[in-house]
Amino acid sequence: MAVEAIKQKVMALNGNEAVAWAVKQCDVDVVAAYPITPQTIIVERISEFVANGEMDCEFVAVESEHSAMSACVGAAVAGGRAFTATASQGLALMFEILYIAASLRLPIVMAVANRALSAPINIHCDHSDAMACRDTGWIQIFVEDAQEAYDSVIQAFKIAEHPDVLLPVMVNLDGFFLSHTLQNVSILPDEVVKRFVGKRKYVEVEVPYLGKAPLVLDPDKPLTFGPLDLYDYYFEHKMHQVVAMENARKVIKEVNEEYAKISGRKYGDGFIVGYGLEDADVAIVVIGSTAGTVRHTARILREKGLKVGVLRVRTFRPFPYKEIVGALKGVEVVGVMDRACSFGALGGPLFNEIRAAFYDESERPIIVNYIYGLGGRDAPVSMIKQIYDELLEIKKTKKVEKKVKFIGVRE
Amino acid sequence: MSKFVPNLRELAKKPSILLPGHRLCAGCAASIIVRQVSCALRGPTIVVAATGCLEVATTIFPYTSWRVPWVHNAFENAAATASGIEAAIKALIRKGRYKHKHVDIICFAGDGGTYDIGLQSLSGALERGHDFLYILYDNEAYMNTGIQRSGGTPKGAATTTSPAGTVIPGKRENKKPIADIAVAHRIPYVATATPAHWRDLMIKVRKGIEVDGPAFIHILSPCPRGWRFPPDLTIEVAKLAVDTCYFPLWEYENGKWRLTDRSLQIAKNPQLKKPIDEFLKVQGRFKHLFKPENQHIIKELQEYVDLVWKDLLKRCGLA
Repeated sequence: MAVEAIKQKVMALNGNEAVAWAVKQCDVDVVAAYPITPQTIIVERISEFVANGEMDCEFVAVESEHSAMSACVGAAVAGGRAFTATASQGLALMFEILYIAASLRLPIVMAVANRALSAPINIHCDHSDAMACRDTGWIQIFVEDAQEAYDSVIQAFKIAEHPDVLLPVMVNLDGFFLSHTLQNVSILPDEVVKRFVGKRKYVEVEVPYLGKAPLVLDPDKPLTFGPLDLYDYYFEHKMHQVVAMENARKVIKEVNEEYAKISGRKYGDGFIVGYGLEDADVAIVVIGSTAGTVRHTARILREKGLKVGVLRVRTFRPFPYKEIVGALKGVEVVGVMDRACSFGALGGPLFNEIRAAFYDESERPIIVNYIYGLGGRDAPVSMIKQIYDELLEIKKTKKVEKKVKFIGVRE
Repeated sequence: MSKFVPNLRELAKKPSILLPGHRLCAGCAASIIVRQVSCALRGPTIVVAATGCLEVATTIFPYTSWRVPWVHNAFENAAATASGIEAAIKALIRKGRYKHKHVDIICFAGDGGTYDIGLQSLSGALERGHDFLYILYDNEAYMNTGIQRSGGTPKGAATTTSPAGTVIPGKRENKKPIADIAVAHRIPYVATATPAHWRDLMIKVRKGIEVDGPAFIHILSPCPRGWRFPPDLTIEVAKLAVDTCYFPLWEYENGKWRLTDRSLQIAKNPQLKKPIDEFLKVQGRFKHLFKPENQHIIKELQEYVDLVWKDLLKRCGLA
């Protein structure tokens, strides 16, 4: 079907509502969730859809985020399509079950409206919550705007349920900056989304005493999920997860392309989105909604003849190290912006991943780190301009005064 | 109303959902309980397990003893996991994508996973009214990690975290009234049972499955290792728990309390009620209570048992 043939409805939605709309169209069986700022609008909208009969789904209003993820595990292992949403403390409370969801290979989709972690309590955006979960075995996508939040949730179900992947997907949207900001969002017709996502299919496993059995709780083919697994097999099961995460690289790209065919929208190669990198001398690497401000600043500077570029990392897990190295080829100085702090480490999580990605390259750019925006601290054009100025200065002098710099903070 | 009548001849032919080859200790009541629960099932059944003895000893990969679909999520979330399973099956049935018209969902959790770490998720699931049966097999301590005290450990019992010390002689607090907490949720069915009173247990399990909504059954699960008694005395110890009114058998159905089986007999013939010493003296965990300096704890335990029993008789309209 040609893109032009699909009429999309344009609605004024904030990021949370865009997520709720995507969930509504994806034929989800169970939503188990608990309210937390700045995610709450997602579960409120879904509750309304269910209460008004617009969505055929069981809404389980659990008593905590720990139970939200636990119920999602139950729903998914029983064969249903499950969704939840959370932020910050809620994600931290789920932490234990995040590992279990990924290890049991359950294609759960979760939206996280990124918010700083306590203490002190703060309801505004940073990426500490999601970054704390980067080793849980979840695929992690970070969106730049409400449209991408909608599109990514739809893609997430398709990626998660792919037989070569079977991993849960976390769609991250910046708290308040995206969760609460109104934007025109193009909504695909219900049928188009339903067809794109399809019904959840079960992978079949070969069991000596059962023959082929679907990988769900099936009374006719009784399987045991979550057994005790010691030093003789545990490692092999972890290796299966490693392979699944590697398989996701191909699937994320394919789904990004397939989705472009029905919607006319795609996000780079599914992993990274570049701007001005073809001829850039210096570049900023960034995650989430700040990318818009960085691109805007880069555009202004480029109009003045400065060769600056932007690389937005959309998918953080699996980490696109090859793609990033390729995209930053020829760039002399790279400034990595981290909206999370890894206390005691040499810089933020994104900085470390990118430095590791370049270690084996014969030609490496100078890479410096800017930790910014903790607890929702604004990242205005002036801050981005300062970063570009510093990167250009490093390019000129080849001297780095501070490898890791905290920016926009009182000294 | 349940039409289920346990008939020994028929029951003997019913296969257990727990197959031989598991690695539970000799004399462990948990496997006996699962065997008896199996007899009351109508099927199809899905089992959810909390972390604990029954979970680790029956599913050591690549083996499993379970003949029914079975899932273990974590320690504190069996009820939340069951909530998700129930919700998904409900949605799939409604959408015409499920091959069975109904599935019974049963949780098995120990006292740690119920009284303590799992209480929140249990309470949430009971409040939301999911249609499932929660079976607490109560061996009165964290046996899987090596006999640590839990909210289900009785006063005076020695565990590895409430040892019989010279200053503190065992656990200082009484057992938490967990089944009363379940009743306080006004769910359709709550009961207590022991594997010694198998007929009573089976009838109650069947009722718990058949009611629409959540049911909670508290089953005493004597543990030879943790309670320090020979493995051939498991059923005997369970009998003494009921005969001393330490663990009365009752059910709460449609808002009404009722004594059952041996406890009903004791209520009718109070001379059948044995002193608490009879239950305590067969178990090593209470050995220190018989020293002269600790005898007052036995007295306190007796008073507590009598108080709870009197209160129960009142609730059942027998006082």
